[in-house]
Amino acid sequence: MTDTLTIRNLHVSVGDTPILKGVDLELKRGETHALMGPNGCGKSTLGMALMGHPNYEVTAGEIVLNGTNVLEMRPDERARAGLFMAFQRPVAIPGVKLADFLRHATTNVRRPDRKEGEDLIPMREFRQELKSKMQQLKIDPEFARRYVNDGFSGGEMKRAEILQLAMLEPKFAILDETDSGLDADAVLLASQSIAEIGRKQIGLLIITHHDKLLEHNRPDYTHVMLGGRIVETGGIELAQELHARGYDRIRQTYPEAAADNSAMAKGEALPLGA
Amino acid sequence: MVASGVQTGFSQENFAAFLLERSEPNWLTDLRRDFWEEFQRRSMPTRAQEEWMRTDIRLLHLGQQEWPTTSVAQTELPSAALSTGVELAGQTVTLNGRTQSHALVARWREQGVIFGPLESIVQEHPELVRKYLLNRAVDPRYDKFSALHAACWGCGTILFVPRHVCIDAPFHTMSILSDGGVDLGHTLIVLEDGAEASVLVETASCQPHDKGFHCGATEIIQGAGSRLRFVGLQDWGSGVWHLAHQKAVLSKDASLQWTIGALGARLAKVNQHVELVGPGAECQVNGVMFTEGKQHLSYHTLQHHMAPSCRSDFLYKAALQDTSRTVWRGMIKVDQGAQKTDGYQRNDNLLLSAKARADAIPGLEIEADDVRCTHGSTTGRVDEEPIFYACCRGFTRKEAIRMIVTGFFQQVFDRITIDSVRDALGRSIARRVREYE
Ligand SMILES: Nc1ncnc2c1ncn2[C@@H]1O[C@H](COP(=O)(O)OP(=O)(O)OP(=O)(O)O)[C@@H](O)[C@H]1O
Ligand SMILES: [Mg+2]
Repeated sequence: MTDTLTIRNLHVSVGDTPILKGVDLELKRGETHALMGPNGCGKSTLGMALMGHPNYEVTAGEIVLNGTNVLEMRPDERARAGLFMAFQRPVAIPGVKLADFLRHATTNVRRPDRKEGEDLIPMREFRQELKSKMQQLKIDPEFARRYVNDGFSGGEMKRAEILQLAMLEPKFAILDETDSGLDADAVLLASQSIAEIGRKQIGLLIITHHDKLLEHNRPDYTHVMLGGRIVETGGIELAQELHARGYDRIRQTYPEAAADNSAMAKGEALPLGA
Repeated sequence: MVASGVQTGFSQENFAAFLLERSEPNWLTDLRRDFWEEFQRRSMPTRAQEEWMRTDIRLLHLGQQEWPTTSVAQTELPSAALSTGVELAGQTVTLNGRTQSHALVARWREQGVIFGPLESIVQEHPELVRKYLLNRAVDPRYDKFSALHAACWGCGTILFVPRHVCIDAPFHTMSILSDGGVDLGHTLIVLEDGAEASVLVETASCQPHDKGFHCGATEIIQGAGSRLRFVGLQDWGSGVWHLAHQKAVLSKDASLQWTIGALGARLAKVNQHVELVGPGAECQVNGVMFTEGKQHLSYHTLQHHMAPSCRSDFLYKAALQDTSRTVWRGMIKVDQGAQKTDGYQRNDNLLLSAKARADAIPGLEIEADDVRCTHGSTTGRVDEEPIFYACCRGFTRKEAIRMIVTGFFQQVFDRITIDSVRDALGRSIARRVREYE
């Protein structure tokens, strides 16, 4: 049976503010989905909720991975079950070398039952694998010795996220604007790399405002989010339309969601004192 | 508690008996008597004094401490953290202020190196010890505890390295306390001109929660162009009072890398003082503190530039768990003639619980006009965001926090040039970090 990630009627709040207002989405392993929508419509919120960020409270709905309730799992259990998110804004961990971080991460994800304190993947074996993956992604091997996202340029951070994707080989990956902040060459390289990694049968949910990434990772489905809801789903032609003409048609067709979206953007929906 | 007829504590009777039993050179006995008087004369520090304002020792009753020469029952001794897998030039081990064993590699003895228990070397080389002991570095009259130590030190370690002798292997000293034990150990290190050495000093209790009392002193005296790497790892049990005066005096072009690991003790009050008396001397201090439970560690550092063109660079990092507390008071003092001084001090604290508290009080006292002195301190909590990020990569919360804490210390670990020390500190800290809410 194909691995399936199902999101049903998902409502998510940050503090007292509702952000997602009933999202439905089904991803099968091997499929590529594009998730588009104007700034502040809730795309990243969906990713955070999928991974279980403590500040993003699921107030209704469900997330199910192959029949298992994801909402009951801690973030690390979700990672070990095969969920991955490339962060829109990766977080720095000063003093921790990317290689050491990844060795521990890779061990935990590949051996989901590993207990704290048990051995990590042997250093030599890991180094070899990391080196060859870095080569494929044209990342300077020195990079592994730098501290995780600490002082990385915007582009370096995104490439480090792709490297982690390549090492962890998840079942499902949300790529949250993994193409932003990259120069033209880097976007091309990232797009090709993701396509290459994606061949290992990953269910991809690609959040993007550009078209390059989708050119190389042709979406089977395109979803448009507005005001915390998915208002329209189509094929690649929908992505192409939005790239060419923007969101005016969407806003006009779904005025209620558009109103929600602008309220969210103005911060009107934010709780008092936030 | 006290059996009838048996005197405990630092009483006049016990002091007299202690002197009788030791049969030391007269000059030493006379000094001890002077310092004992000083000890008697001084009152316990109170919170009215700047140094003790944040450090409460009202529960420390000197009268109830065992006299340090009380013998101990056979106990299982803790294993050394700093010397495992390291080829040593020499080693001393003490238990409750009594020397248990000592060794010095013959090759170094033949080159004139003196290393071993201070109490026996003072008999073999009285003039040498007299020249340096409590005479050049630590001031016995600084406070009640320095006076107590000066009067009653029972055992200790001395390292003397003659001119231009360079020792590649480290010396190791381990002081152990059993439950309720007392240690008044003294460490005296003298490097003559151009000498080089590394010294690893560690202290530990037999069991993690053992009680005890340590009132010690460390003196480092470095000749011109000498180089020393000195490591002090304090890992007493959580019931031990730790009071220590530590001072290094550096002559022209001498260099000292001084690493402090402060992990144990119920309460610690440490004065760390580096005096740069010769031009071109330099000192780097690396402080690593990890506290938990109700521990209270108070470190007072003084980097005193008395000569021109010296460098001092003090970096203390502390992570605090539970309701523990640290106090760091740092002072850079630059005398009028100490032009071209380069002084730096920094203290960063990471709070691992809402109830932990870190006080950082940096200070500058500068009388020269052509100097560069900078200081800074930060205190913060562990962010949720990096924890979540690591958890998204498969780390459990505890693993994530442990990694973030280790990362916090990495900057200071990177400065430590002795691998075994870096590893031991890293391991000890990782072991202590618990879940953080
Ligand atoms: N942690 C948070 N605290 C407060 N508000 C938040 C938080 N996360 C999201 N929001 C709010 O929720 C709304 C949706 O944000 P989200 O980041 O999901 O948008 P997005 O679709 O990813 O936008 P973009 O394209 O700009 O990345 C915004 O109004 C945002 O301000
Ligand atoms: Mg976003």
